[in-house]
Amino acid sequence: MAVASDAATALRPLDPAYVLKEAGAVAAIVFALSISLVGFKTEDVPGGITVVTRFGAVAIVTVIAFFGRLGLILLREGRPFPVLVTALPFALALFALLLWDQLFAPEIGLRRFLPFGDIIVNWLLAIFAAILAGRAAWTFRHEPREQSAEEREKKMDRVVAAPVQRAARLVGPLLLGFAIILPFLPIADRRLLDIGILVMTYIMLGWGLNVVVGLAGLLDLGYVAFYAVGAYSYALLATHFDLGFWICLPFAGIMAAFAGILLGFPVLRLRGDYLAIVTLGFGEMVRIILLNWYDFTNGPDGISGIPRPSFFGLPFVRNPPEGTETFHSFFGLSYSPIDRIIFLYYVILLLALATNAFTLRLRKLPVSRAWEALREDETACRSLGINPRNTKLTAFAIGAMFGGFGGSFFATRQGFISPESFTFIESAIILAIVVLGGMGSQIGVVFAAILLIGLPEFFRELQQFRMLAFGATMVTIMIWRPRGLLAHREPTIHLSDEKTPTGHN
Amino acid sequence: MLKVSGIHTFYGNIEALRGVDIEVHAGEIVALIGANGAGKSTLLMTICGKPQAAAGQITFDGADISRLPTYQIVRRGIAQAPEGRRIFPYMTVMENLQMGASMTDPVHFEDDVERVFTLYPILKERRHQRGGTLSGGEQQMLAIGRALMSRPRLLLLDEPSLGLAPMLVKQIFRVIKEINEQQDVTVFLVEQNAYHALRLAHRGYVMANGQIVMSGTGQELLANEEIRAAYLEGGH
Repeated sequence: MAVASDAATALRPLDPAYVLKEAGAVAAIVFALSISLVGFKTEDVPGGITVVTRFGAVAIVTVIAFFGRLGLILLREGRPFPVLVTALPFALALFALLLWDQLFAPEIGLRRFLPFGDIIVNWLLAIFAAILAGRAAWTFRHEPREQSAEEREKKMDRVVAAPVQRAARLVGPLLLGFAIILPFLPIADRRLLDIGILVMTYIMLGWGLNVVVGLAGLLDLGYVAFYAVGAYSYALLATHFDLGFWICLPFAGIMAAFAGILLGFPVLRLRGDYLAIVTLGFGEMVRIILLNWYDFTNGPDGISGIPRPSFFGLPFVRNPPEGTETFHSFFGLSYSPIDRIIFLYYVILLLALATNAFTLRLRKLPVSRAWEALREDETACRSLGINPRNTKLTAFAIGAMFGGFGGSFFATRQGFISPESFTFIESAIILAIVVLGGMGSQIGVVFAAILLIGLPEFFRELQQFRMLAFGATMVTIMIWRPRGLLAHREPTIHLSDEKTPTGHN
Repeated sequence: MLKVSGIHTFYGNIEALRGVDIEVHAGEIVALIGANGAGKSTLLMTICGKPQAAAGQITFDGADISRLPTYQIVRRGIAQAPEGRRIFPYMTVMENLQMGASMTDPVHFEDDVERVFTLYPILKERRHQRGGTLSGGEQQMLAIGRALMSRPRLLLLDEPSLGLAPMLVKQIFRVIKEINEQQDVTVFLVEQNAYHALRLAHRGYVMANGQIVMSGTGQELLANEEIRAAYLEGGH
């Protein structure tokens, strides 16, 4: 379809009819999709509901799709010049308008020149235009060459993934440093910290699941079950026995690990799809038990009034009962509700870091190598003297334990849990984070969690279309990095000296 | 050292081994030859406990191992380079070797790696490469090397020459001899390449339809007319 590699210099003549047909087809699809999704909108008015039409936006979307596709076709056919001269000024103008709008009061009235009502959509459009212009500029400097998907992936591995992985030693501490100082930055408001807490919860869960899926290669679609076990363990222990968060945390982990072993036993002989189906069923089972065992779990009503964690015994409350010291009175601060959020933020940061440290340490131990070997070839493992049963059960138990810790944190943060929080979609999201991050990659999980959890949160303005951002992120990653963002596996054993092999370092 | 007596193994209703008796003495190289589907690989796998024998007894150093799970059999000092090599493709050569040493004391690791690298210098050059990127011959060397890392007393090899160029076949067999003579490892190997296997082996067994039909020293079997007609015609 595109330019043959040796004939790159000799441009193929463009067939205008064909080009128009292709761009027109894309525009038609966009039109057909957007006419119903964007074109009509219900709006509450006094006394009922009316339909508002937004055909202007549909027209804009269709025109943009047409020209966008036209630009892509021109790039593919090796004609970057017209693309560059249209896309670049367009992107620059849009960015200028948006910045103007952000920096100065919107009253100045430039907003009406923006194509869309929602600011964030305009930003997206500007970014896409900039990407198009960038690609055009790139095509100028480099001969366009057909690359197979595999070639492209290898190149990405070499150019992007491997250095990032190697730079993880640098990127990791940088991200960590940023995470530590974030609550004290001026940009940190309640919303940003909440997003941070959410992202880090998922990072921690991702790291936990990474042990099961990434290292041991056991596809677990019911991970949320352990999350639920952890959450309910804490909630029940705390409400019935009046125990604190830090005492319950290990118990919740142990309970979840036990649940992991419980799941592990029956599925020892299963692999791949079959294992996935059973774990999926396990996740649902746990949820349904929580829903129906009314006496124990309070069923669909959930458990409320779960105690918040305290700072070494100092609670975060405005008006404490007579005679109790609180966090702000002890430190002589004035009461601020954000203190508690900041504290929660650091708790989850600590938990996530502990998870990471534990798994990194684990990777250097024989058990982790046995997991990886088991993932690659179970028969070979057995013939090397590895006991597959114990190895798999350890993976399930350790993965589940971190799920349990995450669950306890979730319960204490929310103060209220019900079975509704532990549906399949949670398992799916955690699994997506692990798979899209690149199975077995620690830093990949971080990036994937930021993208998949953080982005949709930032797109909250789009209301119900927010999850489109989730889907778009997922599709984009799957197109560009089908084996995950950072699917480059570093060997666990290096020879420091060329002469003497050092085995167990 | 290894004594197999009256073994019957089934795949569902199909009886793959019908009463097999063999014996491997310490220090020997014993070859098992036979046509496709004779049951050679099944015998090797039965020794390793997967599938388990339906009847009969397998003893290793006098202890009955016929009911043990594979990983426990292996821990007693039997190592296997399974058919189709089955190295770990995404692990490097070093990691593969490390997996082989899973059950041994880590203090031996460096010596053992050196030993494997002396046998197969090419593996040393490739030590940071992923298993899956090695050539077929190198993978076979790695499979044998990995098996040796567990410091076995008995090494089971399933078709080490399968799919290799004649030059490489010679090299593989030369090293098997070295392993046997210099490192005092008993070798039991299953081969279709009867000529090379019998020249190498002290003794040999011939298998057909799940039974041992002939046995003798390597030289005897090589000289035998029937064997020549059945397995050696058409060359080496």
